[in-house]
Amino acid sequence: MAVLLDVLNLDVRYGGINAVKGISFAVEQGEMVCLIGANGAGKTTTLKALARMLASSGEIRYGGERIDGLASHHLIHRGLALVPEGRGVFARLTVAENLAMGAYHRRDAEIDRDLERIYELLPRLRERRGQLAGTLSGGEQQMLAIGRALMGRPKLLLLDEPSMGLAPMMVQKVFEVIRKVAAEGVTILLVEQNARLALEVCQRGYVMESGRITLAATSDALAGDARVRAAYLGE
Amino acid sequence: MPRKPWLGVTLVAVALVLAPIVVGASLGNAWVRVLDFAALYVMLALGLNIVVGFAGLLDLGYIAFYAVGAYLYALLASPHLGLHWPVWAVLPLGALVAGVFGVLLGAPTLRLRGDYLAIVTLGFGEIIRIFLNNLNAPINITNGPKGIARIDPITLFGHPLSKPIDFLGITFSGVMLYYYLFVVLALGIVFVGIRLQDSRIGRAWVAIREDEVAAKACGINTRNIKLLAFAMGASFGGISGGLFAGFQEFVSPESFGLLESVMVLCMVVLGGMGHIPGVILGGVLLSILPEAFRHGAAPLQHALFGKVVLDPEALRMLLFGLALIAVMLYRPAGLWPEPRHRRELAK
Repeated sequence: MAVLLDVLNLDVRYGGINAVKGISFAVEQGEMVCLIGANGAGKTTTLKALARMLASSGEIRYGGERIDGLASHHLIHRGLALVPEGRGVFARLTVAENLAMGAYHRRDAEIDRDLERIYELLPRLRERRGQLAGTLSGGEQQMLAIGRALMGRPKLLLLDEPSMGLAPMMVQKVFEVIRKVAAEGVTILLVEQNARLALEVCQRGYVMESGRITLAATSDALAGDARVRAAYLGE
Repeated sequence: MPRKPWLGVTLVAVALVLAPIVVGASLGNAWVRVLDFAALYVMLALGLNIVVGFAGLLDLGYIAFYAVGAYLYALLASPHLGLHWPVWAVLPLGALVAGVFGVLLGAPTLRLRGDYLAIVTLGFGEIIRIFLNNLNAPINITNGPKGIARIDPITLFGHPLSKPIDFLGITFSGVMLYYYLFVVLALGIVFVGIRLQDSRIGRAWVAIREDEVAAKACGINTRNIKLLAFAMGASFGGISGGLFAGFQEFVSPESFGLLESVMVLCMVVLGGMGHIPGVILGGVLLSILPEAFRHGAAPLQHALFGKVVLDPEALRMLLFGLALIAVMLYRPAGLWPEPRHRRELAK
């Protein structure tokens, strides 16, 4: 399989703090890969750097091309979409308007058809399409954020902590949706604190600790690793 | 939507045309002048609304762009530099130059939001005012605190608007003629504002206001779109400033203090941030009510107590402050917010 995302020596600094210390990893086309680790390990920083929201050094190759010199707003044109941490829905826009913003960069005739597909995937959004996004429940907002990203027709979806702050029932539903999206052929890089869940849905995983990748293996191997079990699975 | 939109539009149009005639005949030209200023403030508030209401960028130095437009007019059409450019060259140039100043303010503040941005914009507004105050030496550009006088009045079709015209048996005084010009231009700005709001740019502004990271992820070039908000808002301010200079025929730095910026911001917030009809209402109310307090306070006290108990000037600001507090307590989204925002707030 072809490598879709290839990261080499990615390094991110906030002033004097080195949040991501020269990490390298790759995601193949059609894969579901997770980046797990404790709070403050540098997972979100890594994702933000990939989405070009933060300055970084090192190489980021996407589809064979360097993207580390691009501005963030160019990425969606190339099929790289971010679902930000804390969902980031446009609170005072309606659900339908939020979804339309996801297709902001597009000018093709198939936007309506994609919208219909997203309403089929996420029927709650259809029910609430006229409602302001800020009045949705946390889970519904997460669904909306994913739906909005899908409106950009992504090839690679970067998901930042989709389970954060959600009730366990809702977490299951959100992950159900993520599975379906992956089944449609979208490559997924998932950042999660909920390691158990992330390892359940993803094929491979990377463990991050204080800015470095300390383990890289298949999900099964990670779930069976004594250190991972002790540190992240609470056993 | 009202069922008969044209009826409403016609009524508003008739009211706008008759207002200065009726007000002039019943209350005198001083009150027509208040209406002139109301129209100017509406233009300013609509300009600031682009920055604050649409793009969500808190700007406390907005009056600086008004000052830029006013001084540009004053310099290019007065004996001060001996230039007498026609108004239709000066006004667009004022919009352009103010727009450039808007970008100058916007560029270094792109990463700032909320209170941090407010402080920088406040500083910017003061810098412009202090420059105007001190640029009389070593080369006299702005004439310093004395200001620039004998500015050319706005001249339309060869007729200076400061001179009255007799038409249909009615004498239209200078302030009335200015009123009509200002209202026409304010309507133009309303039209531009509405078109902008419904455009791709308008949607991008709102997206940035709601969540900047998500806006970037949606493919919005947030840097350019924010700069555009600053430039558009500033150019509206520049036009209003030019009109102000031609109308007053005098400008001085003290017209462009922080309180003026705060006043325009109050119009936007009190009316309903981001909602054009609300912002117009805010502009009209906040420019007319303080004058009404000023003129009404003394006679009212005479009628009630037989003498003036409180100085009308002090009372005016007291009532004004109380009114602001009351509105913000009971109508936090403004007097006339966007209908759907009000609906959601009611929940």
